[in-house]
Amino acid sequence: MSTGLTYHTYDTDHMTPAEIYGHVLAELAEERKEIVGLTADLAKSTKIGKFGSKFPHRFFNVGIAEQNLFGMAAGLALAGFIPFVSTFAVFASLRAGEQVRTDICYMNLNCKIIATHSGISFGQAGSTHHCTEDLAVMRSFPNMTVIAPADGYETANAVIACVDHPGPVYIRIGRGFEQTVYTGPDYGFQIGKAVTMHEGSDITVMAIGPCVLHAVEAAKRLKEQGISVRVLNMHTIKPIDKEAVLAAVNDTRRIITVEPHNIYGGLGSAVAETIVEAGKACRLKRLGLQDEFAIVGYTDDLYSYYKLDDNGIMEAVAEMLEVEVEEDEDWEDEI
Amino acid sequence: MPLTEQDIALLKEKAWLARRNTIQTLMWAGGGHAGGALSQIDILVALYYHYLKIDPKNPKWEDRDRVVLSKGHGGIGYAPILADVGYFDKELLKEFNHTGSPFGMHLDMLKVPGVDASTGSLGHGLSIAAGMALGARLKKKTWRVYCILGDGECHEGAVWEAAMSAAHYKLDNLTAFVDRNKHCIDGPTETVMALEPLKDKWISFGWHALVIDGHDFAQIGSAIDEALETKGRPTVIIAQTIKGKGVDFMEDDPAWHYGGIDSDKMELALKSIDRMYGKA
Repeated sequence: MSTGLTYHTYDTDHMTPAEIYGHVLAELAEERKEIVGLTADLAKSTKIGKFGSKFPHRFFNVGIAEQNLFGMAAGLALAGFIPFVSTFAVFASLRAGEQVRTDICYMNLNCKIIATHSGISFGQAGSTHHCTEDLAVMRSFPNMTVIAPADGYETANAVIACVDHPGPVYIRIGRGFEQTVYTGPDYGFQIGKAVTMHEGSDITVMAIGPCVLHAVEAAKRLKEQGISVRVLNMHTIKPIDKEAVLAAVNDTRRIITVEPHNIYGGLGSAVAETIVEAGKACRLKRLGLQDEFAIVGYTDDLYSYYKLDDNGIMEAVAEMLEVEVEEDEDWEDEI
Repeated sequence: MPLTEQDIALLKEKAWLARRNTIQTLMWAGGGHAGGALSQIDILVALYYHYLKIDPKNPKWEDRDRVVLSKGHGGIGYAPILADVGYFDKELLKEFNHTGSPFGMHLDMLKVPGVDASTGSLGHGLSIAAGMALGARLKKKTWRVYCILGDGECHEGAVWEAAMSAAHYKLDNLTAFVDRNKHCIDGPTETVMALEPLKDKWISFGWHALVIDGHDFAQIGSAIDEALETKGRPTVIIAQTIKGKGVDFMEDDPAWHYGGIDSDKMELALKSIDRMYGKA
């Protein structure tokens, strides 16, 4: 790995991304004495408690007080530590949004926020605990890097990479129970660099989080129907991999983004901005929450209900392939 | 050790200078938080000219004491002190608030040497200070953290989240001041949203709490000495102050929470300050 650190390859069939995060952090902290951990009464839920039980003197549970959580993390960063802060995404981005912006991003502090229960992963809890706004919020804070890993392996890679990535980093993961898309950690994870999960030339599906697996499954099924789908894992939403986006525009002219987030402000928006600023026309469909609060339900049901699963993606692909796109011979010259 | 008469004489001289420089900066800036900048000055003067372990030639010296001006709008009264102790050239204050200047009304730690944390949004500083104090303990360092809060700022719930945690972690290396000038923007704190009994609130949150005259150096000094001696809990010094202290036409007048002065008004203000220090 780029950090020179090694870690165990965890049993991802039996461990959630959050559990893997907790273990990886505990291992990293063995070597990296400047790592401290903070949470606001969610040590167990976010799994940062695994670090906490190994390094109790470097772990601070500040109680149910998220504003103070991020303020104290800023103070510890100013004192030379690398704070890892974990709470639910909705509290990190909204309840303590100003502390994250003003205390951490404005001072450009070396603070890492690992937020769990993002998107609709806490399906039955309802909208008070869903978070389909965090990418929009975090992406708008200068200095912030924003990552949404696809599975446990990628969570491990992102957590390791963020330690030596200067400045604030926001990593959003789910509540758990997500299946894995990778078979191991060695696929060349790099912050800011999209990963091609499936080659294709008819259309590109760009996804984050658990939607990456759904996109890959959809691409495999569509291949049997003779449809060639490129699937990109856009794990880093900021900075967005412009090269990968524009290559997709050039090669396939049709793009679908898939994210467990409002269609405003997240992956779809970042991709749209990139395409429009390049001055290139392309068909684009953003799958996500269509500017609404999600219904309550089992998480898997919600993915299906909001058409963020294999079937939903296949349906969107079929619809988009019905639409004609203009060819542009001068692409290479103009870009 | 209590301040000697000589110490107090020096601090008074520096407070006179700091008030004058604040008024001058206010004119250069075209406006600012005059009232709160003048009420906090004696606290900052006592810290910067007597108590703090700092090295202005090496602003990032790891073992330095830290100051978090949580009432960040006091920046216009803070920057002149940082200049005078040697962090930067006083001439730079002429650019205060100007377009592209490093100095805005809320000081930015990435742009102004000597500033330990960027503040301005109320209710943030005590958490940051508590994190710094916790960091000192983890690193087994003896540096101390001082945090200056506004009294109106204590309306913010986040102040009490931080107060709870500083007591919980027994941060006796953290000292907070409340600049109790009794006014927020819209009027007296007790009319807008009552803070009293303020000392009792801090005590019930687990702090060692003192109430002093925030313009009396002997009292400021002995309160800081008491904070240095207090073990196992943080100390809060509620400094009873007068908003606009030193400028007769600003004192206790909420209209001077924020305002600008021209050169005539500046002369009047400087004369008032000189009279207060027997210099006129």
